Amino acid sequence: MNVLWLQASGCGGCTMSLLCAEDPNILDLLADAGIALLWHPALSAETGAELRALLDRIAAGEVALDVLCVEGAIARGPRGTGRFQMLSGTGRSMLDWVRTLAPLADHVVAVGSCAAFGGVTSAGGNPSDAAGLHYEGAHRGGILPPEFRGRAGLPVVNVAGCPTHPDWVSETLMLLAAGALGPDDLDALARPRFYAEHLVHHGCPKNEFYEYKASATHLCEMGCMMEHLGCVGTQAVGDCNIRPWNGQGSCTRAGYPCISCTAPEFEEPRHAFTETPKVAGIPVGLPSDMPKAWFMALASLSKAATPVRLSRNAVADRVEVLPSPRKPRG
Amino acid sequence: MTGTRLIVGPFNRVEGDLEVHLDVADGAVRSARVNAPLYRGFERMLLGRPPSDALTLTPRICGICSISQSAAAARALAAAGGHVPAPQGERVAALIHAIENVSDHLTHFTLFFMPDFARSCYAGRSWHARAVDRFAAMEGAAARQAIEARAALMHILGLMAGKWPHTLAIQPGGVTRAPGPRDKVRIAASLAAFRRYLEDVVFGGPLEAFAALSTREALMDWETGDAGLFLRIAADLDLDALGRGEGRYLSFGAYPLAGGHAFAPGLWRCGARYPLDLSGLVEDVSHAWMLGGPAHPGEGQTLPDEDMREAAYSWCKAPRLNGESYETGALARQVIDGHPLARDLAGGGVLARVAGRLLELARTQGLMEDLSRGIEPAARFMDPAPEVREGAGAGLVEAARGALGHWLRVEKGRIAGYQIVAPTTWNFSPRDAAGQPGPLEAALVGAPVAQGDETPVTVQHIVRSFDPCMVCTVH
Repeated sequence: MNVLWLQASGCGGCTMSLLCAEDPNILDLLADAGIALLWHPALSAETGAELRALLDRIAAGEVALDVLCVEGAIARGPRGTGRFQMLSGTGRSMLDWVRTLAPLADHVVAVGSCAAFGGVTSAGGNPSDAAGLHYEGAHRGGILPPEFRGRAGLPVVNVAGCPTHPDWVSETLMLLAAGALGPDDLDALARPRFYAEHLVHHGCPKNEFYEYKASATHLCEMGCMMEHLGCVGTQAVGDCNIRPWNGQGSCTRAGYPCISCTAPEFEEPRHAFTETPKVAGIPVGLPSDMPKAWFMALASLSKAATPVRLSRNAVADRVEVLPSPRKPRG
Repeated sequence: MTGTRLIVGPFNRVEGDLEVHLDVADGAVRSARVNAPLYRGFERMLLGRPPSDALTLTPRICGICSISQSAAAARALAAAGGHVPAPQGERVAALIHAIENVSDHLTHFTLFFMPDFARSCYAGRSWHARAVDRFAAMEGAAARQAIEARAALMHILGLMAGKWPHTLAIQPGGVTRAPGPRDKVRIAASLAAFRRYLEDVVFGGPLEAFAALSTREALMDWETGDAGLFLRIAADLDLDALGRGEGRYLSFGAYPLAGGHAFAPGLWRCGARYPLDLSGLVEDVSHAWMLGGPAHPGEGQTLPDEDMREAAYSWCKAPRLNGESYETGALARQVIDGHPLARDLAGGGVLARVAGRLLELARTQGLMEDLSRGIEPAARFMDPAPEVREGAGAGLVEAARGALGHWLRVEKGRIAGYQIVAPTTWNFSPRDAAGQPGPLEAALVGAPVAQGDETPVTVQHIVRSFDPCMVCTVH
C-alpha cells in the first residue's frame, strides 16, 4: 500500500509525534506492514522538481494512489482562492492540489484535528478561512463535499487529535493496509473507533478524586480538574490514559486539563482553556450522557463523603495523606 | 551561460513550506528571493482572548518548536504580570525545553540535512557509499537509531510534560507536575541512555572531548561517529565556503535560570560581542504581504495583504535590529556564549552552522544532566500566577533554530496585542525597504549551480544548514 503525505495549513506536529512511535520505530513499523511512503515532507529524499514530477504522474493516473494523508487544515482564503497556502514550486494552491488528488485515492486520511475539522488553524475568527477536508468544524462538508467517498468507499478517515498519538496514525494505516477498516469501524465523526470509543477519563489517575469531587484549584495540584480547571476528559474521546504518550504521559497525568483536542471546534471553548465556566457555582459542562439532576445528586452525596485523604491530597502537589489499607487480622 | 531563473520547491526536509527563487548566471546564484508561501494568522487569533489561552494556542504554531513557543508564552505572561516562577519549576521547564532542542538538533542532522549526501550526484566520492549506508532517506541505519534514541529521550517529556508536542506543562509560575525522587532517577536513567547513544553513534567518542575542541583544525581532525563522516564530507566539498554568512549573530539567551542563562544572550557583529538591546528592533513589511508600516513588535500588528501585491513576495516579515539583518541559531548561540570553536567558525557557511549544532548537542547533554541532578523533589515547582488584567511583556527564549520572541499586551483582562518573531523570521526574512536581503538570501549568493539542474543540491545544503522552521515563520 502506498501513501502520499501532504502537509497543508498546520504545525507539522502530527508528523513530529508520529516519529515518537516505538516498538518498532515508525520506519520499520510501516515497512513491516507493507506500507511504502510515496513521499513524505519530513522523510523523503525528493525535493523540488523531483516531487513535482511525482505529483504530475499521480494526477495523470500513471501512479496509483492508495492512501492520501493530509496533515493540516486547508486554507480557502483570501476570498476563496486558496492562495494563503501555495504548494511551493507548483504555482497552485494546496486547496487545488487536495481537490485534485483526493478523488484519485482509494482512501483519504485526515491526520490531526486541523485536517479533520479545521482545528487550531481555524481558531479566532479563522483568519485564513481554513476548513477540514470533509468537515468544517462539526458540520459535514469541508473542502470536499459531504457526499465525498474515497474510491474504496470510506468517507475521509478523521484521525483527529492535536497532535495525534503516533499509534492512532500508524494503526489506522496498518488497518487500511490489512483491509480491516470498514464504515462500522468509524464513529459518527469518521474517527477510528479503536481510539474514539474510549474517553480520556478512562484510566485517568485522577479518577478517585473525580469520584468524590475532590478538586484541584491550581494547575500544580493533584485533584480532579473538572470543577475548576477546564478539564473535559469525561466528554472527550481518546485512549490517552489507557495507552499513554511518550512512555508514561498524558495531559491529565502531567497535571493539566484535557481540552478535548480530538473534537471539532475544541479550539473555541468560549472560555479560557484552563478555567471551568460555571453558572451559580455549578460547572456547565457536565457529562452529556447522564441526567444533570442525577449528576448533581451524586456529586453532592460524594462530596459529603469525601475522605480526608482525598480532600487534602486534591489541593497538594504530591501525596500528603497515604492510603491506609485495613490491617491484616490476627 | 546567460542568466536563468529557477523556482525551487516544494522544499521538503524543512519544517513547513518554502519556495526559493534564484537568478542564476555563469554557473552560480546571482540573487535569491525566499518565499514563505503559507499564512495562518495566529497573532490575530489571539486577540480578545484570555491571556492564558496563549499557553494553549501558541505551542500549536509549530509541531517542532512547540515547547519553545510554550516557554516564550509563559515568559511573556510572567513579564506582563510581574510574576516570578518558582526556581525549581524554572529548572524543570529548562530541562523540558532542552530536551526538545536536542531532539530537534538530532532530527535536523539525521533526517533533514544529511540525506542529501546520499544523492546519486555524489556517487564516486570516497565517502558516498558510507553516506548511503548511514543516511539514505528512509533506508539509512542512522535514521532508525536516531528516531529510537529520540523517542526514548522523550520519555522524560511524557513523564514531566504529559506529551510532546503541545504540552501545557510550562506555566508562568513553573511547571504543572512536581517530580518525586522516583521521577528524578528515571530522568537520570533516560539521560544516561541518550548519552550512550550520542557517544556511540553520533560522536564516536566522549562528548566532553568534542565540546573541548577549540579550533577549526582540531574539529576537522575529528574522525569518529557520524560527526566524523560529516566532517570528512565537509572537507571534501569545502562546505565551510558554501553559503557563508555575514557574521552578525543574535541570541536571546537559552535556558533562563535564577543564576543567569545557561547560554548567554547577546549580539555578535564585526568580530565582537555586544549586550542584547532590542530597542532598535523593527519588523519591516516592505516585501511581505502585510499592510501597515515598520514597527517594533511591542507595537506591531498583523494585517495580511489579501491582494498579495506584486512588490512583495513572502508572508514573512523582515526583522531588523538597528537596520541590520541577523543570523540566529545554534552557531549564533555558541559564538555569543563564547565557545572558542564557535568563535573560530564565526562567519562560516554550511560547515559552521552544522558544526555549531553538533557542538551544542554535545554541550547540552551535560547541561541536561546538571539540570536533572539539581532537581529537589521536596521543593515547590509552581508558584501560581494570577491571570493578568493589564500589562505588557516580552518572552525571549531560544528555540533549537534560534531566537524566539513573544510580545504580549493585555488590556482589561484580554489580549490586546500579540506579536511573534521566530528564528526563521530572522534567517529567512525577505528584503527590507533598503533592499537589504535576509540572511539566507545573502548566503545563497554565489552558490554553484550545474547547468540544467532545476533543484541545485548546493542550494539545498545551504537552505537546510539553517534548520529552518517555516511554520513558525509564518505564524
